[in-house]
Amino acid sequence: MILAGTTPVSSAGNSQFDTRATRRYASAHMVTAEKLKRTPLYTQHVELGAKIVPFGGWEMPVQYTSIVEEHLAVRQRVGLFDVSHMGQVLAAGPNAEAALNRLLTNDVRKLAVGQAQYTLLCNERGGVIDDLLVYRLEPTVYLLVINASHIAEDFAWMNAHAGIPCVLENESDRWAMLALQGPLAPKFLENSATLAPFYVERESVFGKVCWVARTGYTGEDGFEILCEAEDAGEIWAELLEFGAEFDIQPCGLGARDTLRLEMCYPLHGNDITEETTPVEAGLSRYVAFDKGDFVGRDVLVEQKEKGTGRKLVAFKMAGKGAPPRPHYPMLAGGRAVGEVTSGTQSPSLSVGIGMGYVECPAAQIGAAIDIEIRGKNFPAIIEKKPLFRKSK
Amino acid sequence: MNVPKNLKYAKSHEWVLAQGDTATVGITDHAQHELTDIVYVELPASGADVTAGKECAVVESVKAASDIYAPVSGEIIGVNDALSSTPELVNDDPFGKGWLFKVRMSDPGQLDALLSPDDYAQHIGA
Repeated sequence: MILAGTTPVSSAGNSQFDTRATRRYASAHMVTAEKLKRTPLYTQHVELGAKIVPFGGWEMPVQYTSIVEEHLAVRQRVGLFDVSHMGQVLAAGPNAEAALNRLLTNDVRKLAVGQAQYTLLCNERGGVIDDLLVYRLEPTVYLLVINASHIAEDFAWMNAHAGIPCVLENESDRWAMLALQGPLAPKFLENSATLAPFYVERESVFGKVCWVARTGYTGEDGFEILCEAEDAGEIWAELLEFGAEFDIQPCGLGARDTLRLEMCYPLHGNDITEETTPVEAGLSRYVAFDKGDFVGRDVLVEQKEKGTGRKLVAFKMAGKGAPPRPHYPMLAGGRAVGEVTSGTQSPSLSVGIGMGYVECPAAQIGAAIDIEIRGKNFPAIIEKKPLFRKSK
Repeated sequence: MNVPKNLKYAKSHEWVLAQGDTATVGITDHAQHELTDIVYVELPASGADVTAGKECAVVESVKAASDIYAPVSGEIIGVNDALSSTPELVNDDPFGKGWLFKVRMSDPGQLDALLSPDDYAQHIGA
């Protein structure tokens, strides 16, 4: 087997998970390419035995022990992720609300101070440039958390299309970000244990002033902690030490991907791209069609009214077999009706799961489809999202 | 990393146990460790002909699908059926219960082209 030639989990350009051998190849052959960045926690990851891979321009831990172990730790106990590769853009001042409502699909006027919102940055064709969370930190101060591989592109686009003078600062180098996820997470941050979901507050974490948000990308309770880059190492170490009695597990991007896919949270670059719209992706509830004009609105309104030709569906394999992977054909009645955009073996369900765009007549919940894997068809069922629901 | 002395190795991380003209093939401890979480193994059909250096099986982890190359040419005379229900045997016991398939070698001389345990250990930096 070629350990370097493995099919990446997420095959779109920004989402490469590959092996150590590929990394050596990359470093030897990409001397002219931009140097991969490291988060402030890189050395700690290596000391913990992490397998490091290139991801979105960063050298990130893909796993420490095993994706399945890390995944289940988050579902059952608590896991700690370094997500410092994510970018942060600050929007501030009296014009920030109008600028963000022109740039983003959701309506920032719905946000109370201290509240967070999932939203999309679209181009004029309604295609998704990026998906992000907006945190309203103060009445006229917003923090946008964007995907690592899109930082420069998003920031340039925002400046060009804000439509109104507005303070926009790329603060990505300033902030580190840790995600503490899992049912035991509230035990770690007593002061924030009463913070409501999708709210953020300024709080001291092990003596360091941070923004603590009750958000995440796993479907579990938990926090995302935004701290100054130079404080990240200490907070990471303190959380792991405090968490020893709860058997806390450091988690890599591999588990982050399987956790989010069980919840059907889209991954930009795979499930949503500049060539797909929020309406096609089933994300219309994050589009405020009636808030006034915004970039991409015309296309999105038309799609909402007339429907779309394809839809992003979630599916589960009907039996044991090979896990689905991105780009595998999806068939209905023997005819190709779409393509897998994300796929994996679900550690919680022990079955192959995935998402993909399917022509609308075939995109019915409960419909039987086939996934073509290396020339053979394997049965699957289109399921309601999310694919994983926690039993209470 | 475990590199048993009684086996021959391919640079592509398959091991071979040669007994007469029969070669038992699996993937190494190093390979299973790199892949982790093996969830599916696709094996060749019994009776199929395989060619040294050509893809003949697939091992899938949660993370990725990886091709397995036949280390020697010949006819498949047995596959490890247990892997269809318990693919994790490849992780748990890569040199034992996690074996993949057996080949009746058409040219046992091909074994000479494979790596010795020491050379393979060096190859993986062990």
